Amino acid sequence: MEEKIRVLVAKPGLDGHDRGAKVLARALMEAGMEVIYSGIRRTPEQIAEVAVQEDVDVVMLSCLSGAHNTLFPRVVDLLRQKGGGDILVLGGGIIPEDDMPFLKEHGIQEVFYPGAPIKATIQYVRDNVHKEKHS
Amino acid sequence: MDVQSDIRTGDTRAIARAITWIENADARGAALVHDIYRQTGRAYIVGITGSPGSGKSTLIARMAALLAAGGAKVGILAVDPSSPFSGGALLGDRIRMFDISLTHDVYMRSMGTRGSLGGLNRSTRMATRILDAAGFDWILIETVGAGQSEVDVHDVAYTTVVVLAPGMGDDIQAMKAGIMEIGDAFVINKADREGADRTLNQVESILHLSAAEGWNPPVLKVSAEQNAGVDELVAVIARHRVHLEEDGELDRIKVRMARLDVVEILKERLTDTMNTELERAATQAELEKVATRETDPYTVADMIVDKIWRGR
Amino acid sequence: MDEKERLAQIRSAGAAWQEKADKVSVGKTCKAYADCATVSGIDVKLLYTPEDVGEMDYMRDLGFPGEYPFTRGYQPTMYRGRLWTMRQYAGFATVEESNRRYKYLLGQGQTGLSIAFDLPTQLGLDADHPLADGEVGKVGVSVSSLADMEVLFDGIPLDQVSTSMTINAPAAVLLAMYIAVARRNGIGADKLNGTIQNDILKEYSARGTYIFPPTPSMRIINDIFAYCSKEVPNWNTISISGYHMREAGCTAVQEVAFTLADGIAYVDAAIKAGLNVDDFAQRLSFFFNAHNNLLEEVAKFRAARRMWARIMKERFQAQNPKSLMLRFHTQTAGSTLTSQQVDNNVVRVTLQALAAVLGGTQSLHTNSRDEALSLPTEESVRIALRTQQILGYESGVADTVDPLAGSYYVESLTNRIEKEAWKYIQKIDDLGGAVKAVENGYVQREIQNSAYAYQMSVESGERVVVGANKFQLLGKPLKNVTRIDSSLSSQRRAELEALKARRDNARVEHVLAGVKAAAGGTENLMPAIIGAVDAYATLGEICGVLRSVYGEYRPDASF
Repeated sequence: MEEKIRVLVAKPGLDGHDRGAKVLARALMEAGMEVIYSGIRRTPEQIAEVAVQEDVDVVMLSCLSGAHNTLFPRVVDLLRQKGGGDILVLGGGIIPEDDMPFLKEHGIQEVFYPGAPIKATIQYVRDNVHKEKHS
Repeated sequence: MDVQSDIRTGDTRAIARAITWIENADARGAALVHDIYRQTGRAYIVGITGSPGSGKSTLIARMAALLAAGGAKVGILAVDPSSPFSGGALLGDRIRMFDISLTHDVYMRSMGTRGSLGGLNRSTRMATRILDAAGFDWILIETVGAGQSEVDVHDVAYTTVVVLAPGMGDDIQAMKAGIMEIGDAFVINKADREGADRTLNQVESILHLSAAEGWNPPVLKVSAEQNAGVDELVAVIARHRVHLEEDGELDRIKVRMARLDVVEILKERLTDTMNTELERAATQAELEKVATRETDPYTVADMIVDKIWRGR
Repeated sequence: MDEKERLAQIRSAGAAWQEKADKVSVGKTCKAYADCATVSGIDVKLLYTPEDVGEMDYMRDLGFPGEYPFTRGYQPTMYRGRLWTMRQYAGFATVEESNRRYKYLLGQGQTGLSIAFDLPTQLGLDADHPLADGEVGKVGVSVSSLADMEVLFDGIPLDQVSTSMTINAPAAVLLAMYIAVARRNGIGADKLNGTIQNDILKEYSARGTYIFPPTPSMRIINDIFAYCSKEVPNWNTISISGYHMREAGCTAVQEVAFTLADGIAYVDAAIKAGLNVDDFAQRLSFFFNAHNNLLEEVAKFRAARRMWARIMKERFQAQNPKSLMLRFHTQTAGSTLTSQQVDNNVVRVTLQALAAVLGGTQSLHTNSRDEALSLPTEESVRIALRTQQILGYESGVADTVDPLAGSYYVESLTNRIEKEAWKYIQKIDDLGGAVKAVENGYVQREIQNSAYAYQMSVESGERVVVGANKFQLLGKPLKNVTRIDSSLSSQRRAELEALKARRDNARVEHVLAGVKAAAGGTENLMPAIIGAVDAYATLGEICGVLRSVYGEYRPDASF
C-alpha cells in the first residue's frame, strides 16, 4: 500500500490567527497527505506528544505573535526527548529574516515567510520527509 | 528502536510506529503482530459511532479521562474519512482531544479511512491488537460517523455506543435498519440543548419495538461538553461488560473476532495475490479478450482462481 | 420625456453599444472581459448606466447625510466639519514605555489613544503564567493589575482623552481598572470617553482570543452595557467587528452580513436581559476592514450603514435617531500586505484608506508597510500616519460628503451587497442567530471556504498579488525590524511577585469571593470586578475565578 505522509499543523502559543494554518492544512490534504490540525493555543509539550503519538512525518508550526523564538525550539527539544528527533519540523508566520538562522540552528529545518506559495511548501515537504524511517 | 520489546513496555513511539507499519501494510507490521498476538485479548474494546456533529470526539475524550482517572490505561483510535479524490485526509478528531495525552495516561491515534467503507480503516482491527499487547485496559474506537454504514464497528468492539444529538430524529429513522440493531447503549449527547427529550423519546420508542430478553440497550442523556452524564455512560458500559462475561457471550464474541482477524488477513493476502495475477501479461491478454467479447468474465475469473490454487 | 421612456432609450442605445463593444473586444482582451467579479463573487459588468439603478428611490435608499437611512453618512457635515480621527493602534511592551508614548502623542495634539494589549492580557492571564512564556509584551502592552494600569495612564488626564482599548474576553476587568484609575485621580466614571472592543462573537469565529463559553460571555457583555448606560454614559461599550473575520478570509458581503448578524445578537441579548434598546444602542460602534477592491469597499460601508439603520428601526423599533446610526472605525487590511517588496504596501494602504474615507469612516488606522514581517518600525508607522494626513489635507476627497453617491456602479454595487448580505443574515436567523451559527461552526466554515478559495486563486495566478505572484524581485525582505526584548518576562514576574507581597491579601481573597458570588448569581458583575481590581486582585486572579464558575470555551467544529 502507498505510504501516506502524515503532517501535524500546529499553533503553539496564544496567537489566534489561524487562517494560514487552516488553508495550509486543507491544501496538504488536497495534495494527498493525512493532516492533523492542532487548533489554536497549544503548548510545545502538547504538540510534541501528539506528534509522537500520531507518528507524523512533519510538524509545521505557525506563529504570528512573535513568540516563535521561544516556542519553536522548545517543540524541537521535546520531540527529541520523546524519541521523535527524526520528525521534520518547519515554521511559518510573521518571522523576521534575522530570526531564521537562530531557528535553523535550533532544529527548525525551514521557515516559510508570509505569502510563500503553498505549492512550493508542499513540494518541500515531499522532498524532505525523512523517508528512511519507513524503509 | 526495538519496536517489539518497546511495545511491551508501552513505549509511545514504538506503538505509534507499529500502527504506521500496519497502516502502510509494511511487512514489519505483520511480523510484529505475529510476535505479540499471544499477549492480546485482555483489553476491553468499545466502539463509538453516530452521525457527524453528534459530539463523539468530545464524548470519547471525557470517557477516556474518566477511565484513566480510575487508574486504567486507555487507547483511542479515531477514524476520519479520507478524500476519495486526493487520498488525503483532515484528521479532525484530535483537535477535541489535543491535550488529553498530557493530563492522562491516554494514547490516541487518528486514522484516515484510506478507501475503506463501513466507518473504519482496514488497519483499525490490527491496531487494536497492538494497543492490547501494549497493555491498554480500554480501547475506544471512534468511527467516521457517516451515518448508515457504520456497522463494521460491531465486528471490532465488544460494546457499541451509538451517539446522537438533539434534533437528529430524521437520522434515527434512516439508521433504523443498521445502527439501531448494533447499539448496546444509546447516548443523546448535547442534552443541554433543545429537543433532547424528544430525541430520547424517539430512540426509546424505536428500541421498544425490538425489546427482548437479556440486554436491552439503555438510552442516556449526556452533555460531554459540560461533562454531565459521562460517568453513567461508563457505568452502563461496565454493566454491559459484566453482562457479556456472565453468560459467556464475551467468549463467543472473542471467537468470532479471532475468526475475523484471520479473515481480514486472508482478504488482504488474497487481494494481493489476485492483484499480482491481474498484472501478469498473460492475464492482461485474457482481460482484453473479455473486452472484445472473445470470452466472458466468468471463464477468465475461473481461470485465474485455478491458476492461483494450482499454480503453486 | 418621462422616466420610463428615458430608460427605454438608454436601454436600446446600450444594447447597440454592447454589440460594438463585443466586436472590439473579441480575441483581444483577457478572459476578464467575459467574466469579471469582485472579491465577493459579485459579477462586474463592463459598463453601468441609469438602467442599473432604475429601481433606486433617492429618499428611500440614500437620503441626506445624518438622516435615515444614513447611506450617505452618519453625520450631516461629515469631514467638512471635522476630519476622521486618525487613530493608530499601538502597543509597547511595558506600561512605562507605553505611557511615555501616549504622553508624546498627546503633546502632539492627538486626543485619541488606542491601546494594544499583549496576548496574555487579552486572554486573562497574568504575565507570570506559564502559558505567557514568550508572549509577554509581544503584540502590545502587558497589564496584569491596577498597579500596571496606574503607570500606564500616569499623568494623563482621563477626562480629556478618549481611549480605545482592544480588549474582548476580559474587557470588563480592563474597563474596571480604567474606571478605578480615574477614580483615584478624582475623575468620575461619567467623565470618561472611550471604547472597549468587547466583541466576543468574532473571537469565536475569527480572532481566537475567547475565554468563556458564549452564554456567560454574553451575560458579561450585558452587564457592561447595563452598568455603562448608568455609570459611564459616554463609553462605547462594544465595537462590533467585521475586521477580523475579513482578515480570516471572508468576503466583503460576508463581512457586512456576519458583523451585522453579530450586532443583532448583542441587541437581542441586551433586550432579553431587560434593557431598553434606546438606552444602549447609541453606544454600539462598529469596526470594519478596508480591503483592496476600492469601489466594492466603498459600497460595502454604505450598504452596512443603510442595513443597520433598517435593522434598528424595523427589527428592534428603536426610536432615538442615534440608535439607528452605524458609526465605525476602519483599519486597512493587514492580510493584503506582502512580505515581498514591502514599499508596495504603502500604495496598498493608501488605496484601502481612500476606500474607508470615501465610505465615510469615523476613525481610521492605517497599517505600516512592514507588518507582514514584524512589529512596525517607527519610520513605517510615521509613513502610515502621513498617508492619512495626505488623504485628509491634500487629496480633496474630504471636501464633499459621500462623493461617489450617484455613480451607477457604486450605487448598483451598494444595492447588490445589501441584497447578498440579507441572504446571509436570513440564513443565520434560520440557524437561530449568530451565537448558534458560531457554536455550530457555520460562520467559521463560511470564512474558511472563502479563505481557501482566495488562496487558491492566488496560487493559480488568477488573482494577481503584485510583487508576490507576479512582478517578483529576487531579493531579501526588509531587514530593519522591531523586536521585543525577551527578558521582559522575568521582569514582569518579579513585579507581580512584589505586588502580591505588598497588597492586602486578606482583602484580595474577600473581593475575589465577591466576584465569584456575583458570577454565580444574577447581579451585575461590574461593581464586584471594580472592587476587586481596586484591591489589586490581578487580571489572572479575577479571570481565574470567572473560569472556575463559567468554564472555558472549547471550539466544537474546526473544519
